Amino acid sequence: MFYREAGTFKTTYAEDMALFPLPITRWSMRVLLVLVIAVVPVVLHEYYLSIFNLIFIAIVGALGLNILVGYTGQISIGHAAFMSVGAYTAANLAVKLGLPFWITLPAGGLMAAFIGVIVGMPSLRIKGTYLAIATLASQLIIEWIINHTPAISGGAAAAIEVARPTIAGYELKSQKDLYYFTLFFALVAIVATMNLVRSRIGRAFIAIRDQDIAAEIIGINIFRYKLIAFAISSFYAGVCGVLYTYYFGIATYEAFQIVVSIDYLAMVIIGGLGSVLGSVLGAIFVTALPVVIRILVETFGGYIWDPAALSAVAASMRLIIFGGLIIFFLVVEPEGLARLWRNTRNYFRVWPFSY
Amino acid sequence: MTRQTTAWLRAGALAGSILASGPALAQDKEIVIGAQCDRTGPTQIVGNVLCPAYHHYMALVNKRGGIEGYKIKVLEIDHEYKVPPAIESHERFKKEGAIMTSAFGTPQLLALLKKFEEDKMPVTSPGIGSSAAADGKKYPYVFPIAATYWSQTGGAVEFAKRQLGGSLKDKKIAYMFFDNPAGREPLPLLEELAKSEGFQMRTFGVPSPGIEMGAQILDVTGRFKPDFVIAHLFGRAPSVMIKELKGKGFQLSKVVGLVWAGAEADIIAAGGYGISEGYHTIQYAGVGGDFKVINEIKDMLKAEGKTLGKEFESTVTFNRGVYQGAVHAAAIANAIKAKGGGKPNGEDLRKGFEQVKGLDPSLDGLAPPLALTPEDHEGGGWVQIWSIKGGKFVKTQDWFQGYRKEVLKHVEEENKK
Repeated sequence: MFYREAGTFKTTYAEDMALFPLPITRWSMRVLLVLVIAVVPVVLHEYYLSIFNLIFIAIVGALGLNILVGYTGQISIGHAAFMSVGAYTAANLAVKLGLPFWITLPAGGLMAAFIGVIVGMPSLRIKGTYLAIATLASQLIIEWIINHTPAISGGAAAAIEVARPTIAGYELKSQKDLYYFTLFFALVAIVATMNLVRSRIGRAFIAIRDQDIAAEIIGINIFRYKLIAFAISSFYAGVCGVLYTYYFGIATYEAFQIVVSIDYLAMVIIGGLGSVLGSVLGAIFVTALPVVIRILVETFGGYIWDPAALSAVAASMRLIIFGGLIIFFLVVEPEGLARLWRNTRNYFRVWPFSY
Repeated sequence: MTRQTTAWLRAGALAGSILASGPALAQDKEIVIGAQCDRTGPTQIVGNVLCPAYHHYMALVNKRGGIEGYKIKVLEIDHEYKVPPAIESHERFKKEGAIMTSAFGTPQLLALLKKFEEDKMPVTSPGIGSSAAADGKKYPYVFPIAATYWSQTGGAVEFAKRQLGGSLKDKKIAYMFFDNPAGREPLPLLEELAKSEGFQMRTFGVPSPGIEMGAQILDVTGRFKPDFVIAHLFGRAPSVMIKELKGKGFQLSKVVGLVWAGAEADIIAAGGYGISEGYHTIQYAGVGGDFKVINEIKDMLKAEGKTLGKEFESTVTFNRGVYQGAVHAAAIANAIKAKGGGKPNGEDLRKGFEQVKGLDPSLDGLAPPLALTPEDHEGGGWVQIWSIKGGKFVKTQDWFQGYRKEVLKHVEEENKK
């Protein structure tokens, strides 16, 4: 009833190739776009915008990891290291050469892509958990190199302060300014990924993921496409790192340690492997849910626990509930939140005549 | 309506009420402080003691009648030692009307440096990086309020000099450090001191998480055979070092640990006070429970019918939390007085911090002779040496400033870059 596919006829190639073939999706996307562009930043307090900013940056990184892990089937525990490569590249270019963000941002991404290709080399020979260990090693190696090379890290503190991004002389300073900044790149990343995965390259990735020998037999150059997957994924990670750098105003590799790699893996697994929507939902889940849980515990925990001890309780409860919810959602739907959403949608396709 | 739909409706109403609650209005006679904390992350060994201690002290201040008629409200957010939650916590504090932040963790502070300046909100960072922030001209809103890593290093070298008979000429000093930015921070200063004092220095980096350092220990005890060891380690690493040095027969009276390598928990994890006998530690607040303010806190809790928590067992970290609270209280008092009783904002509080001289008298003996100025946000870089003797911490050397001239010169040079 709500989600009707009947009556949609495609008469041109353009219609056939549209990102959203159904009118209902097109309209809901338009409404969503208006919401995030015009309503959210006007209505909500800066505090909530700061959470949105963190989500938008995480979406870029999660999409990149999903291209590699979800679409190509190459596991990586070194995603955060590529973010730090992007972060330090951009910071050095911005500070030493005084370049603006629209040059440092792609430069950071490209540098990360270059390193990503080198790190991706072992994936040609090894698979699965073995590749996980190889990428884990790359995470540690990159961390070590940044920490011990003053030319990259800018000294013993390994932190480089970067000025806020400016557009035509206007400094993007407040959370609202940065909201549009991060939103823009998140939207570009989402649209780019949606198109990538239905292109020749994306279909090659999926073929490699499903059965690499079969893919080779039908004429896909595995060597080339695995490295392309690493390059694209690292490019996203690099851009994500640059966004973090501009958002924090500083590049510090301690913000990109192994825990962060694990967080991003959690995002794509909870959200749904091999799904753009999954990356978005996963980024929202991992970034915003701990905050929501804390606010709930702070608001209602006073009825259960001693209010004076609430801050100690809130910290632990957040971890317990968050961990519990991860397990809950994975048990309910092992294929992630994106699949859960698809199931809901399919239910409404035939509602109320489901039998 | 089915039971499920009612449940969903209820959940929706709940979410709506939270979003609609908007900025919570701070009360007129109330000053809000935002405290970042780590009770669940890798540094929880510190956070689980420091944060309760801070809350206890502020509760004591409120019980005494507040500061110049204002009550203190402490908001705490646990950031798990991760950076994004720290960003979120800052915005939350701002929304709830906080006029200052108590930071926890070097990466979190670094990621927020710009925000604090833009939002004109002072922040304190006792015992964490970066040391360059001691310069109030370059970092007007950051207040280390206690000896930075550089001052601690200066103190450690000066202590070594005294222990080795007044001269370091041709002596050998080993520097064991956690191989991260915080651990590497003192390196340039140590190199300068090695040159001017004429001692030979070798560095031994310990990779994170620092629970395996057999190779470094063998290198120190077997090959380098130093006259003195300066250890700058965190987390589990100090206890491992103490145990391993002892196992190799190295005299622990020739070892001094910087501030995060010298809490009760480290000594106990190393195998107890017997094994650690002789080990020296640098402290920026007093050690032990025998201070007036600690007894007042205990009395207050007992009067409220509460039991004393585990946090009281670790006096090293507990006292640091109390000290931190006392500095904040002194700065707030200055700011209110300067405004003639009016409610201060972040900018007023920054000026209040820059005039802190002398703290709550009940902290006598616990706090250093701190004096913050617009130039010196560190307050002098005072440290004490406490050593393990006869099964407990014993004060070996009272407040002193190690190589103050060299440290200040180093701060200046670093900030010129």
